[in-house]
Amino acid sequence: MSAAPLTAQLSPGAGAFAIVVGAAIAFGAVPLFGSDYLMDAVLTPFLALALAAVGLNLLTGYAGQVSLGSAAFLAVGAYATYNLHLRLPQLSLIVDLVLAGLVAAAIGIVFGLPSLRLRGFYLAVSTLAAQFFVQWALTKFGWFSNDNPSGVIDAPVLSVAGVTFTSPAGRYVFSLSVVVVATFLTLRLLRSQSGRNFIAVRDHELAAKVIGVPLLRTKLLAFGVSSFLIGIAGALWAFAYLRTVEPAGFNLDRSFQILFIIIIGGLASLRGAFLGAAFIVVFPLILSRAGAALLGGVFDSGVLEMSQRIVVGMLIIAFLIAEPRGLIALWDRLWRVVTRPAAIRNT
Amino acid sequence: MIKSRYLRVAFAAAVASVLAAAPAARADEQFFPLQSYRVGPYAAGGTGFFGGFIDYLNLINIRDGGVNGVKLTWDEGETQYEVERGVEVYERLKGRPGVAAWNPLSVGIAYAMIDRITKDKVPLITINHGRTDSTDGRVFPYVFPLLLNPYSETSGIVNYIASREGGVDKLKDKKIVVLYHGSPYGKETIPIYKLLADKYQFSLEQIEVPHPGNEQQSQWLSIRRAKPDYVVLRGWGVMNPVALKTAQKVGFPADHIIGNVWSNSEEDVIPAGDAAKGYIAITTQASGEQYPVLQEVIKTVYGAGKGNLDDKKRIGSVYHNLGIVNGILNVEAIRIAQAKFGKRTLTGDEVRWGFEHLQLDPARVEALGAKDLFHSINVTWDNHEGDGRVTFQQWDGGKWKVVSGWIAPDWAFLRPIIEKSAAAYAKEHGIKVRTSGDDPVSN
Repeated sequence: MSAAPLTAQLSPGAGAFAIVVGAAIAFGAVPLFGSDYLMDAVLTPFLALALAAVGLNLLTGYAGQVSLGSAAFLAVGAYATYNLHLRLPQLSLIVDLVLAGLVAAAIGIVFGLPSLRLRGFYLAVSTLAAQFFVQWALTKFGWFSNDNPSGVIDAPVLSVAGVTFTSPAGRYVFSLSVVVVATFLTLRLLRSQSGRNFIAVRDHELAAKVIGVPLLRTKLLAFGVSSFLIGIAGALWAFAYLRTVEPAGFNLDRSFQILFIIIIGGLASLRGAFLGAAFIVVFPLILSRAGAALLGGVFDSGVLEMSQRIVVGMLIIAFLIAEPRGLIALWDRLWRVVTRPAAIRNT
Repeated sequence: MIKSRYLRVAFAAAVASVLAAAPAARADEQFFPLQSYRVGPYAAGGTGFFGGFIDYLNLINIRDGGVNGVKLTWDEGETQYEVERGVEVYERLKGRPGVAAWNPLSVGIAYAMIDRITKDKVPLITINHGRTDSTDGRVFPYVFPLLLNPYSETSGIVNYIASREGGVDKLKDKKIVVLYHGSPYGKETIPIYKLLADKYQFSLEQIEVPHPGNEQQSQWLSIRRAKPDYVVLRGWGVMNPVALKTAQKVGFPADHIIGNVWSNSEEDVIPAGDAAKGYIAITTQASGEQYPVLQEVIKTVYGAGKGNLDDKKRIGSVYHNLGIVNGILNVEAIRIAQAKFGKRTLTGDEVRWGFEHLQLDPARVEALGAKDLFHSINVTWDNHEGDGRVTFQQWDGGKWKVVSGWIAPDWAFLRPIIEKSAAAYAKEHGIKVRTSGDDPVSN
């Protein structure tokens, strides 16, 4: 369970090389040669959910605080960005994003307060309050959606310093940049004293207190940073992907989805968040298209959809039996087999 | 080793076949991408509506060999009524050749598509629902809330109550309670009911039922205290049967409850059992299978074993007939556009022209075998709703029975409100307002 990036297992030179190649593919090849469908319908939602999973993983995987309110913070981020953009048009989009993240962080800290007294399932139930309260408030008060009669708002055009991101490639690159920066900053945080405090609190709260870890500060910091990241993910989800926002899109199902991403991907692993998001977002799409192409003439879309759910459900069970620590542990094991076959044979 | 190589080849072949499976369109086909929902909480509406739509497209293909020889094709993507799945299906299917129009039957998905379809120049049909101000075709060239938008629905319901009372002047000092679903959809008509209450001098109380609405005791107790003449039910899903049952419990007569367009299906009344007997709801398309077009669907499509509904008892149900009417409107728009542009596969923009000239008078509707199924439609370049009439039907415990003539909402009264909202949208999005139907569409 380490936060080490993929490259940590390689020599430093090879690691740098891998990063350069990865960046060249992600920032260069994909936007140049990828199809609109790939960027608009697959990669952009993947990036947004991966960032949300990074946020939740920081809170649940590293700091050990279970939360079922992720969708609420997504919604706060999305609505805050919308309102900042609408009401303070002079601010740049990047400032809007950061401020929206801070709004989400503030709400996260408020709903994180019960974590000082509650643990485990009890905390999870109390974070449900955030889930229901935020959705209720966004529906109840028309101000949040600028008194739009149907309560659904449409997104502004993404533009930073005069450059607009209207094409699928533009939105993808914008999301990718935001996610890369946010993930990098998270990685730095996790390797600082605060990051180690998170793990100390998770592993043994009493022991952490005894050795002088400030519990209050650490837990609220975890809630704040986590909500900040999820808030930004919400803005990406709403404005780079859907380009519309409605409160119903941020329901409890979405919270569960993000929780499943980190459980399946691997708790306390940033790479796990990305792998899990890929599994939850991309894999059903592949399955759905394969199913439609192979059997579309035989069954209607409802039957296919149900069969896909069964397949995905069985795969999740199979994965978790094979490796309870998530896809990332499975990945690491495979990686070792590939890179050090000799070592395996010798043991 | 060999075995695994075979496996690998087989796998590669499977992947290649999946990727290559997107069929190449032949000439003269018009494609309908369907963002259907056959699973999930709204499956009852989805299977009925998309079933009816597909049944009608099948009828045209089997009986007429397509529209003037142009075959109609379609492909379904499951959305479960979720916005992000709808967007995914949009991105997946938008590249197919000959896309005619999108028909998501979901407000959320429709909202997410407005920018996209405007850029791609393909019409978006939101029959009986959608964004009210998209009625203004000057600002929303590609969006068509055909037959009925939420404001017209509100006005239609008030006009029906007036007709039962003997004229709009009799509405004075009457009391109407609107029981609405606690969601953006439910709240959308609050200002319109207020406006109409001011105009006709009836007293009005609007009561919210929090989602999902499976407990309404307190709301109905306040209704009993208020003693209204009518209750308008603006419900959704489980809220509808619960409202009817609770009304029976507090002794409010079902025939003074008027349901809106999302509270008008068999699925809304059957679970309420006896309590629903006498309940009245608005609709743009009558239910039942006695109309010639339905008879042809049963004979030609279901006779050939190509019917889309699994349960034949649902033929002629509210959602199925809505799908049939939606099919008629789409097909006739293509026919009208073909008369101008030629009998071939049309572009989305040409189909948009067809929708903007979709004028079916009662005689034409009768010729299509849909007399009394729906009244007429008169879409123009700046009125994308098309002056759809509404009718009211009463549940007799087994089926819906039409109990009113075709009632016209007060369009002239609503139009300035719609134009104001559309103008605000145009300003916000920097859209150039069209001044005539021949204007090239800018975006």
